[in-house]
Amino acid sequence: MQEYDLLLMSLVIFVPSLFAFGLLFFPRGYEEAMRWWTLAGTALTLGLSLCAFISFKATTLDNLTGRPADIRTRAQLEYRAAEADRLADRKGGPEQRTDKQNDDWVARRPWIEPFNIDYYLGTDGISMALVVMTTVLSFLAMIASWNITKFVRGYCILFLVLETGMLGVFLSLDFFLFFIFWEVMLLPMYFLIGVWGGPRREYAAIKFFLYTLLGGVFMLIVILAFYFTDIRDFKKDKPPDEQNLSKEAKERWYEPWSAEGTPKEAVHTFDLVLLAHVGREASKIIDSRDDSVLVRARKALAEEKDSNKQQILKEKIDRLTTKWGFFTSEFQIATFLLLFIGFAIKLPMVPFHTWLPDAHVEAPTPISMILAGVLLKMGGYGIIRIAWPICPWAAKELAWYVALFGIISMVYGAFTAMAQTDFKKLVAYSSVSHMGYVLLGVAVWPTENNQFWSWGMNGAMFQMIGHGVTSAGMFFLVGVIYDRAHHRNLNNFRGLYEPMPLYAGISAVIFFAAMGLPGMCGFVGEFMVVLATWNFSKAFAILAALTVILTAGYVLWTVQRVFLGTNPAYKGYRDIDLRELSCAIPLVVFSILLGVLPGLLLSWMEPSVTGLVDTLYRLTASAK
Amino acid sequence: MSNVYDYLWLIPVLPALGAVIIALFGPRFLKNQSHWPCVLAAGASALLSFGVFSAVNSEDPPPTSHNYGTWFRVSPFTEAEEPKAEPRRDVEVAVDFSLRADALSAIMLVTVTFISTLIAIFAIGYMHGDPGYPRFFAEVSLFVAAMTLLVSGNNFLLLFAGWEGVGVCSYLLIGFWFTKPSAAAAARKAFLVNRIGDFGFILGILLLWVSSGYYLDYDNVFRVLPDDPAITTLVCLLLFCGAAGKSAQVPLHVWLPDAMEGPTPVSALIHAATMVTAGVYMVARCTPLFQVAPEAQLLVAGIGGFTALFAALIALTQNDLKRVLAYSTLSQLGYMFLALGCAVGPKGGADLEHSLVTFAVIAAIFHLFTHAFFKALLFLSAGSVMHAMGGIDMRRFGGLRKVMPITNVTFGVGALTLAGCPLLSAFWSKDEILAAALGASQQSASYGAIYFLLFGAGVLTAGLTAFYTFRAYFMTFWGELKLPPEAGQHGHSSHDTAHGHDHAHGHAPAETHAHGPVDESKLESPPVMTVPLIILAVFALGIGLVVGPTELFAHFLEKLHKTSGFPEATEHGMNFGVMGLGTLFALAGIGVAWLMYVKQPELPGKLAASIQGLYQVSLNKFFIDEIYDQMVARVQGFAEFCRTVDQEVVDGLVDLTGEVPRLAGSLFRPVQNGLLQFYALAMMLGLTVFLIALARSL
Repeated sequence: MQEYDLLLMSLVIFVPSLFAFGLLFFPRGYEEAMRWWTLAGTALTLGLSLCAFISFKATTLDNLTGRPADIRTRAQLEYRAAEADRLADRKGGPEQRTDKQNDDWVARRPWIEPFNIDYYLGTDGISMALVVMTTVLSFLAMIASWNITKFVRGYCILFLVLETGMLGVFLSLDFFLFFIFWEVMLLPMYFLIGVWGGPRREYAAIKFFLYTLLGGVFMLIVILAFYFTDIRDFKKDKPPDEQNLSKEAKERWYEPWSAEGTPKEAVHTFDLVLLAHVGREASKIIDSRDDSVLVRARKALAEEKDSNKQQILKEKIDRLTTKWGFFTSEFQIATFLLLFIGFAIKLPMVPFHTWLPDAHVEAPTPISMILAGVLLKMGGYGIIRIAWPICPWAAKELAWYVALFGIISMVYGAFTAMAQTDFKKLVAYSSVSHMGYVLLGVAVWPTENNQFWSWGMNGAMFQMIGHGVTSAGMFFLVGVIYDRAHHRNLNNFRGLYEPMPLYAGISAVIFFAAMGLPGMCGFVGEFMVVLATWNFSKAFAILAALTVILTAGYVLWTVQRVFLGTNPAYKGYRDIDLRELSCAIPLVVFSILLGVLPGLLLSWMEPSVTGLVDTLYRLTASAK
Repeated sequence: MSNVYDYLWLIPVLPALGAVIIALFGPRFLKNQSHWPCVLAAGASALLSFGVFSAVNSEDPPPTSHNYGTWFRVSPFTEAEEPKAEPRRDVEVAVDFSLRADALSAIMLVTVTFISTLIAIFAIGYMHGDPGYPRFFAEVSLFVAAMTLLVSGNNFLLLFAGWEGVGVCSYLLIGFWFTKPSAAAAARKAFLVNRIGDFGFILGILLLWVSSGYYLDYDNVFRVLPDDPAITTLVCLLLFCGAAGKSAQVPLHVWLPDAMEGPTPVSALIHAATMVTAGVYMVARCTPLFQVAPEAQLLVAGIGGFTALFAALIALTQNDLKRVLAYSTLSQLGYMFLALGCAVGPKGGADLEHSLVTFAVIAAIFHLFTHAFFKALLFLSAGSVMHAMGGIDMRRFGGLRKVMPITNVTFGVGALTLAGCPLLSAFWSKDEILAAALGASQQSASYGAIYFLLFGAGVLTAGLTAFYTFRAYFMTFWGELKLPPEAGQHGHSSHDTAHGHDHAHGHAPAETHAHGPVDESKLESPPVMTVPLIILAVFALGIGLVVGPTELFAHFLEKLHKTSGFPEATEHGMNFGVMGLGTLFALAGIGVAWLMYVKQPELPGKLAASIQGLYQVSLNKFFIDEIYDQMVARVQGFAEFCRTVDQEVVDGLVDLTGEVPRLAGSLFRPVQNGLLQFYALAMMLGLTVFLIALARSL
């Protein structure tokens, strides 16, 4: 089959929407059938994403003979995207810009051609891990949705559209497409909270919506700023007589600093991969490195005799030195800050976190699972995929502050969680605290010649997945007890172990996993991040380690207040039932499995993450 | 079995499997047969441990460690892009599933699995009829798995994994009778205090990770010592912080007495014989680090000696039999750390040739070994008493030697051993510790006086130990026969009674005679409980004599010189002077106890009244708990403060921002007042202004 990677990725994204469309044809009153239909949709998406995962792993990582370094190169999205572009150029020229390769997991089709907007999908270890996590959690959250009785059809449609939005965000490589999916996810979430939520649902929903929209607006500004940058030097025309050119001449042709092949018209793009490349060049220019485009173009100008080419080179140098242009530190820092704040809201980072507890408290249980399990990860993903690679210079300059905010989120979130009396709020603040590790792990950009950053970045990715499992689990468990007790006040529980031993056992596993016990999924990510932090800043590492005491404090206090003791009022509660078990057991299994055998995840995620770190680190490594 | 590593991995895995089996099938199918997976797994692990032991002891010992696979690994960086870039050290950071079979691990494995098996058997009788019967054995089984992983792991992260694992099991088992608020609070306290220690431990591991070239296997860590002695000292202090938490040394000791809320077999297994000695094991394991950090060693010895004396002082006045034993555990652990802290070279650690490092560490491990037997014996005997009496307050019963003859003998043996009676096992190990302290005071160049002081504290503690042990023994087993009303019901008092410290055994109602007269002939415990007691008693009596003076134990551990970076052992004959001194103090202690609690039972009350202040300080455990409560209250206060700030300031600002559009709107809303005349006026004004501006610009 031609291009099954494109097909499979598109199916993963749009199958939920197709199922949502199918829901329109159910006659009124067949609520149960609608639920099963939706569950089938999420199950099919899950199956497809697993197919995509297996085939991605087989084609990009496993079937390669070669050194580990080659595999790592191949695991790079950028590398595969560049290869695909080159192949497309050779076959049909850049104007077609289609990519017929079917095993490189990068797929591009022109979409809105006047504006160079492509339907451009691609995956690597980073996004694949999040895609699989999203489909798994969506499936489990749908199981948890069974007791939603209000407007079932509407709920199911919004739920499926939400899934499409989330998967689209993780798979798109075109900034415009990314933004569309980002907003697509926003609206269903607004309604899911605002219609099916708790008593203060309107307030929470509008707060969530406005906050995220604000982040989206920041992102939009940056998208436009990037788009209006003329990047014609980095997207060369094809040589007219490629066959006849010598190898050196061909290489020189595609070099961004050379006069040859530079398009006469301005080129604008939304291509995230290309933008990342340009962003790295910008960093080199700002650092005035010898291998930067600017320096080499000036050198070329000095040697150039041909007046035509001299003119082209002069214009090129003008473009690269424009005041307030893409290649200045001011522009880099401004765009980085906008992007970072946009994603940090989603993460959420203190002080932009207050939408989270409100949204969580009001959202129905399955939506809380999705919110904590997947939506928060989109912030982390945006930082890793967009903010860091496109604005590496600013990221490096501001890394210390980002790490500081990570630490603040961790400590402050933990303290605030400790004082909560609402069970869901407590879990929400614990999310703030745990996502601080992600920020910290991403930000430990080394200042010396060392490489522990890849530990931090891998730890951050692992923490995202681990937190996806435990936070979804915790919200689900809160929901289970809310269904029975109809309140969430921690001070009024006590003694739930007696009537619900199985539920208490499962809760203990999930809570201990969230606490970061060795051998469970929370530990690996946190430990790797703390190790990496040690080489970045000792004080930060100490504070990060201190957080483990606080986390243990609020988790154990919660367990004590909810499960231990005895309470005659709850004696008659039924234990967790089969449907609830089928949602909880997979999460329990994941939280233990990922802790005992983190290699299951790290082995295929790590090459991509480490490769990214490697690429970015080179910018600083040889700068001196 | 040729290779020890073919089966070493089974030692932690079997009990873990046992735990899973009980957890899955216990409540539904196994019910009151749930002990089988636990007992069988622990027994099998014990047999395998003996296999490991004999293999390590053989002429041709196995390699020190074996790597079974990778836990997690990140290998950063491909080759440099440009060849001319400076070569980078390719740091692959990996943590392996690697287990270790050297003398120290072997001796710990044997101790842990053997005692665990005996205690699990005892618990069959003790826990009989408890509604949480399957849960109990699942948790004990899990504990054995974690503890064996802790002592057989070959790197600091596996040690840490086991360390946290036993912590969780301890948490679960202390809170086993979770319906009692005191048990729930004690469980949380235990875990949190341990976490404070772990904070130091994690930082210590971080420092080691950096200094050892990012590979945490013991051999690597000890080969590449930190360059800077200050860093070594810091590492040692941080590791000791973790050890102090786990092994309940001052000031992190507060959780252990409260941990007695758990069932007595748990107190015996986890909070006396095995888990609390994990800290001792860890410091002993890190001897190659500690021996070159005399300042850290001084602190270890100081804390150890102080804890020994301090806990003994508290134990003098406690009325709860298990608490006496708990403080005695603290005190004995203090002894072990005192010995470990004496492991310093003669000239500030520089010259390890003729040092007493190995001697001191062997003394500590030897005491750990004998202590495991006699303290388990004492706890189980106390459990037997509680099983019969339905409570644990020593003032409520007495003279039990007539009705519980076997328990009387086993407790008596345990008490004699703990007191350091000549020729019994603790006599040998305690003597070695005191000799090590004396040796350190003679060897240490700069801190000799302090070590001599600690030696003095050790000798004094020996006397106090004998006194409080026999005080408990005489109060319980001698004097007039005195039985509380709930006696003989096999504890069936359960959680509801005020004194039901330990009891949730709900025997079938038919067996219990609620308020009938106590049947004195049925007070003694069943054989499933007394047989393990007798076995332990035999070991407590004889094991020291068999392996102590014959130096079997010492020679076995001296193998560590070849495998685990310990310095070569030097000959240390018995120090008869120290032995005599220790014996003198022990006998004096027993004598005073006999005088006060058998000969003249009114004496203690008078004495307490005459030194009321001191008595109260001791009875209230030096008010350390109250200080901690204050600290916890501060932390909670700060948490509350954070919550308020979050709600009022951070979120308040967000809401305020949300109000801005509304405010802006209300500013301009009067403009849109719906009056046609007003609009016309505004239009005319605007037009005028425009025209004027136009005219002026022309």
